Amino acid sequence: MPAAGRPPIGLAGQHLHISFKKKMFDFSVVTTWLHGLLCSFLPEWAAILTESVLVALVIITLYAVFAIVLIYMERKVCAAFQCRLGPMRVGKWGLLQVFSDVFKMLTKEIISMRNTDLFLHNLAPFLVVTASMLTFACLPWNAGAQIIDFNVGVFFFLAVSSIGVVGILLAGWSSNNKYSLIGAMRSGAQIISYELSIGMAMLTMICLTGTMSFSEICQQQYDEGWNIFRGHLPALMAFVIYLVAGNAECNRGPFDLPECESELTAGYHTEYSGMHFGYYYLAEYLNLFICAGMAATIFLGGWAPLHVYGLDGLNGVMDLIPGAVWFVGKTFFIVFLLMWLRWTFPRLRIDQILSLEWKYLVPISMVTLVIMALCVSFNLTF
Amino acid sequence: MTQEQEKTVAAPSAQEGTVKTAAKVARPAAPAVPAAPAENACDLKTFAPAELRREMERLRREEKMDFLECLTGMDWQEEGLGVIYHLESTETGKRVCLKTATTDRENPLLPSVSDLWDIANIYEREVFDFYGIKFTGHPDMRRIFMREDWVGYPFRKDDDPEKQNPLRMDNEPLADVTETLTLNADGSVTRRENKIFEDGEYVVNIGPQHPSTHGVLHFRVSLDGETIKKIDPVLGYIHRGIEKMNESLTYPQTLALTDRLDYLGAMQNRHALCMCIEKAMGVEVSPRVQYIRTIMDELQRIDSHLLFFSCLCQDLGATTAFLYGFRDREKILDIFEETCGGRLILNYNTIGGVMADIHPNFRKRVKEFIPYMRKNIEEYFDIFIGNVIFHNRAEGVGVLTKEQCISFGCTGGTGRASGWHNDVRKRMPYAAYDKVEFKEIVRTEGDSFARLMIRMDEIRESLSIIEQLIDNIPEGNYQEKMKPVIKVPAGTYYSAVEGSRGEFGVLLESKGDKSPYRLHYRATGLPLVAVMDTACRGNMLADLITIGGTVDYVVPDIDR
Repeated sequence: MPAAGRPPIGLAGQHLHISFKKKMFDFSVVTTWLHGLLCSFLPEWAAILTESVLVALVIITLYAVFAIVLIYMERKVCAAFQCRLGPMRVGKWGLLQVFSDVFKMLTKEIISMRNTDLFLHNLAPFLVVTASMLTFACLPWNAGAQIIDFNVGVFFFLAVSSIGVVGILLAGWSSNNKYSLIGAMRSGAQIISYELSIGMAMLTMICLTGTMSFSEICQQQYDEGWNIFRGHLPALMAFVIYLVAGNAECNRGPFDLPECESELTAGYHTEYSGMHFGYYYLAEYLNLFICAGMAATIFLGGWAPLHVYGLDGLNGVMDLIPGAVWFVGKTFFIVFLLMWLRWTFPRLRIDQILSLEWKYLVPISMVTLVIMALCVSFNLTF
Repeated sequence: MTQEQEKTVAAPSAQEGTVKTAAKVARPAAPAVPAAPAENACDLKTFAPAELRREMERLRREEKMDFLECLTGMDWQEEGLGVIYHLESTETGKRVCLKTATTDRENPLLPSVSDLWDIANIYEREVFDFYGIKFTGHPDMRRIFMREDWVGYPFRKDDDPEKQNPLRMDNEPLADVTETLTLNADGSVTRRENKIFEDGEYVVNIGPQHPSTHGVLHFRVSLDGETIKKIDPVLGYIHRGIEKMNESLTYPQTLALTDRLDYLGAMQNRHALCMCIEKAMGVEVSPRVQYIRTIMDELQRIDSHLLFFSCLCQDLGATTAFLYGFRDREKILDIFEETCGGRLILNYNTIGGVMADIHPNFRKRVKEFIPYMRKNIEEYFDIFIGNVIFHNRAEGVGVLTKEQCISFGCTGGTGRASGWHNDVRKRMPYAAYDKVEFKEIVRTEGDSFARLMIRMDEIRESLSIIEQLIDNIPEGNYQEKMKPVIKVPAGTYYSAVEGSRGEFGVLLESKGDKSPYRLHYRATGLPLVAVMDTACRGNMLADLITIGGTVDYVVPDIDR
């Protein structure tokens, strides 16, 4: 690492300012050791380059692995809600089903059509995947195990997550298909609207934490308790708003209008085939994970274990469970909640979606923000 | 059959015993003369084309004949090409049948009644398509089921479609303009072109391959943003010419095709045709058969309503509720399978009875099913119908007034949701429906939500009908003894049953042969598709799916 300070993107985590009781395993031990090892036989720039490549490999692998896990989970959860078994034929309990699906998708032809803007058509899925990977890199997996971490982390997260909508709009426009265009228009209207609520909900929590850095937000929650408990009522309101808006951001039911199978066949990705379609598919599931992971980070303590004030024995046991397990566990819990929603509710209509956002969620989130500001200024938080 | 014939033969029929013997004696020598007019024979009043229009206006305005039940094209060869109209007054319940014919085969012209009854618009297009009769004053005289470039009129007795229509390898052209013909006082005809869609309109094709059109149905939808401006239904993608095929099949053979019309009303469709033939022949089926048929019809209705509910859930994105509905429907299909051998295409009713007696397990399984279904309906309310999102999507969406429903002939649940009492089981009781207690479910809102609730309540009513009958099935033959060759006495007959989605009628014209001269089905789905434009205008694209789902059409029944 350069002596001048930590780089905006790179292996951070070893620069945590707050001293904390070293009960949890801190992943920065590993990163520091690796950095030292590489520096011992490489010049520093080469060491950082190697680290960046390693990190990229890790993130891409994780991205693929989580996509597969999530798709399998979705199919099994959906099946359970619908009194079915879900995939059972490929491998034990259908475990290899998703792998075979992925291989099928990889071997399929990427069809290009006449009268479409081929450049934009091929660019669009990459934009969606890029946005999704950049936000994926913001997640704090463990103390010290975070890829992108700097003082305006939340801001950065919101900014890159909105690149995705460009990909969707481009897909709809360049497909030269009326269904795709309607899907993309809906998607644009919906995602841009709901970003407002997400921003407000996050702002509410930043008001509580006083920092935009994800590592610090997690650390604070480890020291003082989860934000959802610290911020009580306004935090709970913000959490619900975040879940609703986050679900809409991910284009998942009941907000799956842009795809809207029964109206627009497949919405903006109607004309995509093979791996280009696969990118949208991947991004959809990873966005779900990222949305849930962010909720876990900001509201449920990220990697911080559950501590109950006064029960030191219990707290000690909780600390033995690694932070990554806490983080992934909380995330999957929220993923499960969102899947539950998806497989229960019917779809809304576009005007209802927009009026839900502009008439209800935005005013409520503003009120929440004010309540939170008052709570913080009068020291009514825990 | 003409009126005179009926009157002359009606005279000696004072007692029923003599009727049967007279018929038996008369048939071999001079077939086509029954001893008494059959229960379902149509009392046709004939009008010349010139007088027809005035008479129709009088019936519509003065006698309040507001329901055009059925409009059937006919080719009577030497009598000419013509149309049979079935009218009913929803106020007084009075029914009339009219017929008209023109002998001009080159350029047959009849006055249109599409301004008096909205449904006549689509019915007259059907007649034009099949018989080439042009209706003067009709706003949209173009083909409806056949390809636009089809040569000839296939239902005419002298038409040879194969010769004029080779297998075409090019795509079907869809017309952008349509025409209106006006008959002038001097007998000449003026032709005016109408554009279907204006230039620059944003027209989206919903179908023919689309997950929510419930079959191969095609809507051309003109959109303003997401708001629907106009819908033009394009039909005929699975038109099989069943009515034409029937003209060369024997009566028992025609039965097999009824199950392929509305496959969710297979029992009822076949029941209607069997009943029509039986009544025309004067055959009385045993009470056992009547009971079995009633139970089967009601099971079929529950089956259809469950599928309706499931598909509506699927269309609105609630896939879990969709599978709940299918899970329960499976139980009915199992019951059908045991007795009939089939699950979708049942082939159960026959002329004079049913194919096989009920399975020994039948009673037990039906009795198990009734409480099971009652419990599970509550589950549907929990998961889907009670949901606030669904309420928002369905309440006040696609409102049809009672007048619109009657004018469009939207029978069944769609009409009853708007307050129109149109249940054939009450209007013209048949089978064992006069022996059971049941309510005719009617609501007044006329919106999509009411249309769903009608079906849910009808499931409960059907369960109660079955419950009343299942323990009281009388002993008796399940099949009357019929002649090896079944011939229907000459005449025109109409019978209707309450199908899963409305009045399913059969119009049979016989010349006394072993196959029908003309067999027309009053499709339950055609009026429902015709009303889509009215119901959807001004609503959003997503509402098209809700409305289409709740009016509940099935495409094979529309296309026939």
